[in-house]
Amino acid sequence: MSEKNQRKVVIPGEVLAKGNEYLPGEGTERRGSEIISLKYGLFEDSNKLIKVIPLSGVYQPRRGNVVIGKVENITFNGWVINIGTAETAFISIMEIPRFVNKNELESVMDIGEMVVAKIWSINKRGIDLSLKSRGLGKIDEGIILAINSNRVPRVIGKEGSMIKLIKDETGCEITVGQNGLIWIKGDSIEKELHAKRAILFVAEHSFLSGLTEELKKWFDENRK
Amino acid sequence: MTKESKSKFERPDGRETDEMRPMTAKVGIIPNADGSAMFSFGDTIAYAAVYGPKVMHPQHSQNPEKGTLRCNYSMLSFSVTERARPGPNRRSTEISKIMEWALEPVLIIDEFKSMVVDVHVNIIQANASTRCAAINAAAMALAHAGIPMKDLVSSVSIGKLDKQLVVDVSKKEEDWEEGEGATDIPITMTHEGELTHIQLDGKISGEQLREALEMARKATQEIYEVQKKALKESIG
Repeated sequence: MSEKNQRKVVIPGEVLAKGNEYLPGEGTERRGSEIISLKYGLFEDSNKLIKVIPLSGVYQPRRGNVVIGKVENITFNGWVINIGTAETAFISIMEIPRFVNKNELESVMDIGEMVVAKIWSINKRGIDLSLKSRGLGKIDEGIILAINSNRVPRVIGKEGSMIKLIKDETGCEITVGQNGLIWIKGDSIEKELHAKRAILFVAEHSFLSGLTEELKKWFDENRK
Repeated sequence: MTKESKSKFERPDGRETDEMRPMTAKVGIIPNADGSAMFSFGDTIAYAAVYGPKVMHPQHSQNPEKGTLRCNYSMLSFSVTERARPGPNRRSTEISKIMEWALEPVLIIDEFKSMVVDVHVNIIQANASTRCAAINAAAMALAHAGIPMKDLVSSVSIGKLDKQLVVDVSKKEEDWEEGEGATDIPITMTHEGELTHIQLDGKISGEQLREALEMARKATQEIYEVQKKALKESIG
């Protein structure tokens, strides 16, 4: 790939811009008249607002994020879910829209099963998840793959352009969890694996700009 | 320092007094870790892995006011000529603590309340200056793990062999016995030249210590470039 569309990588402590007309955004700080990077990642300058987009590191949960997790434990009133964060997440029995016998919680979701949920609140005790929205709930079939959570925005693309391209090209349904877990469901294993390869291509090349075009090229080369 | 005194002094491996051993650095060497890096000074090789921020265990060491940095330095049994007994010992516990002190000033972990950032450093091959290699690797691994940092730190050991100051001490030099013997001064600095860690075990005059700091400033700049290059090259 050409040098031109490679984005600039910056490290902590690096001077990103000089001058008072620049504003420090996420991952940066102002020191005197200089904007200094606080993180390791890609440099971004949008209208004098300087940002650093990290490409590695752990997932930081935010309220409203749709995540994919694994049922780790069943308590008397809900399910403990691992979504790859420091704190474990919890789904209350109240989130199931029908009557559930408290002795048979495993008939709804058993340990080891995967679930799509939304982060409802983050408090001192942990993270509470909700299932009361469209597209949320237990995962029955398909494949799940994991990428670094910081690369999720690239997989989704600007206003969903990237993920739409992958969906259209492969004919699979794809749910992207903000924690980096991705659920692919298609008619056949071949289609699902094709979508998986496309997503991994995007994740591995997230430092490029104009990635949607690169992915189109990739699809042309790898068409069945 | 005059030119003659520089050429007069001979180091066991034939280096100049201000010459470092060849350095290599690599980022992202441990896929399972949240961040990882390798750093080496010649034969001294350190591997660092960062995990977290994650919930602190044991619970009684949790700090609800700010995040904690926890370092773990360990020398693998095959890293030295005589087999080292594996597991923590007095020396490794001390160096772990020193690493925490050297790295903490540049980390911004205040918002990770009740959480811990774990740094595990393994020395897989040792030829002196292991704590410096460990700090250099840990700094890169922390950046790779996406931990917010004010700056990167670089560490180097300055030695005083008899009366001569040298940079990046090797094992042979550490055991120097002629004249006043050897004094080892590990120094850690940010790339802007701010000191985060200095150790001194031996005798040195105030004037010469100032000189040693100046040497360290130059050497850490060299190390910083190596660290920077490795971080930038690991993407793409």
